[in-house]
Amino acid sequence: MPTRLFLVTAACLTLAACGILTPDGPSPEELLDGTIEGMTPSQERQHIAGDEEFARRFGVADGLGPIFVATSCEQCHVGDGKGHPTFTLFRFGRETASGFDPMVTAGGPQLQHRSIPGYPPEEIPAGVTGVSGFLPPAVSGLGFLDAVDDATLIALADPTDLDGDGISGRLQIHAPSELIETVLALEARGSPDPGARGTLVNGGYIGRFGKKALTVNLLHQTVGAYLEDMGVTSDLLPEDLFNPAAGSRASDDAPDPEVSSSTVANVVFYLKTLRAPSRREADHPEVLAGEQTFSDIGCAGCHVPTLTTGRSEITVLDQVEFHPYTDLLLHDMGPELDDGYTEGSAATSEWRTPPLWGIGIQQNFQGGSAFFLHDGRATSLREAIELHGGEAADSRDDFLALSPQDQERLLRFLRSL
Amino acid sequence: MRRGRVLGATIAFAALFVVSPATAQSDSTMAQDGLYQRPFIGSVASTSIGGYVEGNTNYFVEDGVSDGFSMELRRFNVFLFSQISQRIRFLSELEFEHGTEEIALETALVDFEISPAVTIRAGIILPPLGFLNQNHDSPRWDFVERPFVSTDVIPSTLSEVGAGVYGRFGAGRFLVSYDAYLTNGLGEGIVANDRGRTDIASGKSEEQFAEDNNGSPAVSARVAVRGPRLGELGVSHYRGYYNTYQVEGVDVDEARLLAITALDFGTTVGPAELRGEVAYASIDVPPGLVELFGSEQWGGHLDVVIPVWHPRFAGYDSAVLSAVLRVERVDYNFGTFSSTDEAIRDDVTAVVPGVSFRPTPSTVFRANYRYHWTRDFPGNPAAHTAGLQLGLATYF
Repeated sequence: MPTRLFLVTAACLTLAACGILTPDGPSPEELLDGTIEGMTPSQERQHIAGDEEFARRFGVADGLGPIFVATSCEQCHVGDGKGHPTFTLFRFGRETASGFDPMVTAGGPQLQHRSIPGYPPEEIPAGVTGVSGFLPPAVSGLGFLDAVDDATLIALADPTDLDGDGISGRLQIHAPSELIETVLALEARGSPDPGARGTLVNGGYIGRFGKKALTVNLLHQTVGAYLEDMGVTSDLLPEDLFNPAAGSRASDDAPDPEVSSSTVANVVFYLKTLRAPSRREADHPEVLAGEQTFSDIGCAGCHVPTLTTGRSEITVLDQVEFHPYTDLLLHDMGPELDDGYTEGSAATSEWRTPPLWGIGIQQNFQGGSAFFLHDGRATSLREAIELHGGEAADSRDDFLALSPQDQERLLRFLRSL
Repeated sequence: MRRGRVLGATIAFAALFVVSPATAQSDSTMAQDGLYQRPFIGSVASTSIGGYVEGNTNYFVEDGVSDGFSMELRRFNVFLFSQISQRIRFLSELEFEHGTEEIALETALVDFEISPAVTIRAGIILPPLGFLNQNHDSPRWDFVERPFVSTDVIPSTLSEVGAGVYGRFGAGRFLVSYDAYLTNGLGEGIVANDRGRTDIASGKSEEQFAEDNNGSPAVSARVAVRGPRLGELGVSHYRGYYNTYQVEGVDVDEARLLAITALDFGTTVGPAELRGEVAYASIDVPPGLVELFGSEQWGGHLDVVIPVWHPRFAGYDSAVLSAVLRVERVDYNFGTFSSTDEAIRDDVTAVVPGVSFRPTPSTVFRANYRYHWTRDFPGNPAAHTAGLQLGLATYF
């Protein structure tokens, strides 16, 4: 008997050792992380280094804060997906006679409602006329969007609706600043076509990332997120945040910059080389029918299915076709989504078209429940569609006029993304 | 599929328990004896040296991804014991963790025994929180890893500078022990640390051995009862302010309290030796960190060790092969999201079947299969981790 018992035990442990009793991962279709296929070993190494930094939790000693929203990139973008409502970024400002005031002297435009021990967190100041909640977006596939040439976006824009389809996408144009010109110049270095992105358009530069297309490229987005979301300084943004209500500009005690330019570069490379989300049951007849309806009722006018990257120093991103379902342009979404807050040249009702890829598995990264639209106010795809107004009102109405079967086919298509 | 694999492994090991022919070894000592009930200590009249060494292999797979196989020399601990006089003794423990990556003076204390019911202790002590903290020597355990609850909710090994009193007395058929200490307590770092969650262990710091960061000692106490058929049942509590809330007599923050309550037990049921520990921690989290850093944590584990074979070979007359099983769970953030009213997760559940082989009571070879279900902060689908650990630990 003892020998048999020992053999049973040994057999079980041997099975474990051989990997028989080890868990498989979810299928790639259920995940958003992972690299673009075809990278070189050195690129894989840099991606992993960026991944580790993306996951790094900052503490007080590392330079967290003094005010912040999250303690790591990954906390907002769990599994590289769209974030949970607890990490909503609240942004505020006020309308004035001379335009929208982001209330920088009062701590705007972003609320940092968390703080390190002994330091007061921010509160939304008095006099605000608009507050908007921004759920952290999914980050998979961003490298493809980053690699789209300005010329492509300029060609997609139709600010005066010349084609008469009721959709008038606008470019977000930012006035030149030292930071914008620096991030554009840094990213142009090594590019096989340095002039393809960072084009001067109407005296400014095209914004493409963020709910209102606030940032011009992934480097701009990354250093901004380090500072505004985590209170972590970098070479490009070396001054810590502080809460004006604290009555002092003193911040944390960590030496600045709190992350090196190399760290930032690794994180940017990580974001650039995250694979695009995979489709599920893309060839199913019901899904194909839903996709056709999506196009027929005009959804694809803003959620453009296919874009092509320009020249890229990363071979796997060089001139490739991809399917994000966005045009990266600003669109008027009507009063339904007008929070009275804005950024850059966008109107308060204008939002940059969010990519739809990955939307079908969004709940896997938001705690099991999906929160749609910029602030998560919709908890179902149907509700999200119903909240589309402005340029999307016709498409929304056409959707609501569809038969229940056709509506379900369209929703099934969305769930396949 | 996954569930089937875990179930299969668990059933295989459960079968070992059911058919076990042997009897667990009984232990009549109490938890507070842990420091002195070590081999090679107390056997010499003056000063003695002892210690233990612990090493293991790791092979883990998380959701199909593995970093491969690795080996580690986890701990090399040296004890120094001296019977200074009939009633005064000194004990210290110097720990080298992962080679020389981490070196710590874990214990350095003097005991002055007035009577068995009253002994005064001072120095770097092990606060009597739960069972494992005072009984953490690796060769005593039949598992490669310490339980999560005993390292995360109770931050074992927790050693602090302080003083107090302990003792024991009889009460009918029962033996009652008590321990009570004042110590410098834990410091900053429990929140806003690089773990991104409330991490009580991050409140440990070298500075606390030199000076209390807030001048307010922590209190720890444990009362335990041992009796026939009962085994040992202990209740313990630890509380103290952890943040620096005063500087030069001026209030610079609110005083923030950490309180941990633990229930531990050890007994035998038939051939099985059972040991478990449950702990609950309440942490006063600053308003700017609420929700992100949990204000409540809890966890527990149950270990079952069943001797299945007493082989006699090569002069090892007390050798024993045991089947072992641990189930454990820790919730690092017991609360609810204000934004969604849904439960905050950040928890881990694990099942650890395995075998241990003790050629002598002081030496143990261990083979553990671990399976973890880890839920992240928002409560996304659990990450599945499983792997095999082979380990050796021995006193010397």
